[in-house]
Amino acid sequence: MKLETKSRIVVFFMSLLVWILITMVFSIPSLVAGIVVALITAIFAGEMLIITERKFHLKRVWYTIEYLLKFTWELIKANFHVAYIVIHPLLPIKPGIVKVRTKLKRDSALTMLANSITLTPGTLTVDVDVDNQVLYVHWIDVKSTDIEQTTKDIGGRFEKLLEEIFE
Amino acid sequence: MRVFRWFIGLLFIAAFFVINFVVFTEIPFNYKLINVLLFCSLFILIRVVKGPSVADRIVAIDILGILIIGICAILAIALQRSYFIDIGIAWGLQSFIGALALAKFLEGRSLDA
Amino acid sequence: MPDLAFNQIIGYVIICIGIIFDLFGVLGLVRLPDVYNRLQAATKSVTFGSAGILFGVFVYSGFNAMGFKAILAAIFVLLTSPVSAHAIAKAAHKAGIKLTDKTIIDLYRQDKEKSEEQK
Repeated sequence: MKLETKSRIVVFFMSLLVWILITMVFSIPSLVAGIVVALITAIFAGEMLIITERKFHLKRVWYTIEYLLKFTWELIKANFHVAYIVIHPLLPIKPGIVKVRTKLKRDSALTMLANSITLTPGTLTVDVDVDNQVLYVHWIDVKSTDIEQTTKDIGGRFEKLLEEIFE
Repeated sequence: MRVFRWFIGLLFIAAFFVINFVVFTEIPFNYKLINVLLFCSLFILIRVVKGPSVADRIVAIDILGILIIGICAILAIALQRSYFIDIGIAWGLQSFIGALALAKFLEGRSLDA
Repeated sequence: MPDLAFNQIIGYVIICIGIIFDLFGVLGLVRLPDVYNRLQAATKSVTFGSAGILFGVFVYSGFNAMGFKAILAAIFVLLTSPVSAHAIAKAAHKAGIKLTDKTIIDLYRQDKEKSEEQK
């Protein structure tokens, strides 16, 4: 089976599932309408979801769960950090834009890394340089400007898990 | 001076909370929660009017879109109608696409490249 | 106060936590000095707050149409808001909007100037 066909089938069933969850009506006309909409989605935008051939194994599911738990914990920590800065009368900030080196190459992995960095304490991704594998990160409370140290502090939290999941 | 302004703001927010939760007792609890979110959007409108650069206004509009999803969710449980969350999803989608288009426009690129 | 089931009380508690973080994020939008700091505070707190409200609605209403819609909306908010923050930050830096005076380092501008000199 070709890769595009496989991706289209996965997209069709996922959009049908979303339709059923949103409407929660189990009559024949509703289901027919859902199947038609899911078919249109799969034909026009179906080939973009799965790009590479990879085997499914249980370890990746475990790493995904670990990533989600770690992400939630970092998100809660980030919010308490923001609350502390905002409530403090003198605004204790020391902002700056620093560089972070990354080992990831794939587009999906880089996107997830940038999104995770944006939602974790004190950091916001400004730009991604794909050729040099460097991320430019705005840090609200700069602790060091050395690239090795910032790589360890900011990117090291998620990079290993994302490498296991996406590469 | 800065501490003085911080104190004035604290008094303002505390007065709002007292008026909302203590003075008016006959309003249902869900509508009090919606009042707090509308108070938040008042701050966002301050930033939209005052913002020194264009980027500040774009940020404020984007944040307003995310806040309105929350208002729609609380309206859904206040009135027991589930279609308000659909309205919220559609509003968030519109706001997301609008923020991306405005960001491209600010960057100086044309919209079709 | 009408009689509430246990899951409804938990749902209201989660909704109240979300609203408080919304308020903090909006205060950050008003108080912090430049675009990038405002984006940080506002994006993080308002995203977490709105996703918290939607998760609270899911806990409140249980496994029915409203609950599943709320979960879908929460996933949607968590996926899209960092992307728009990233786009706005990059566009603001390219448009030449200044960082605040407290900024101690700006490696992005240094690298851009270096690459322009090489051309």
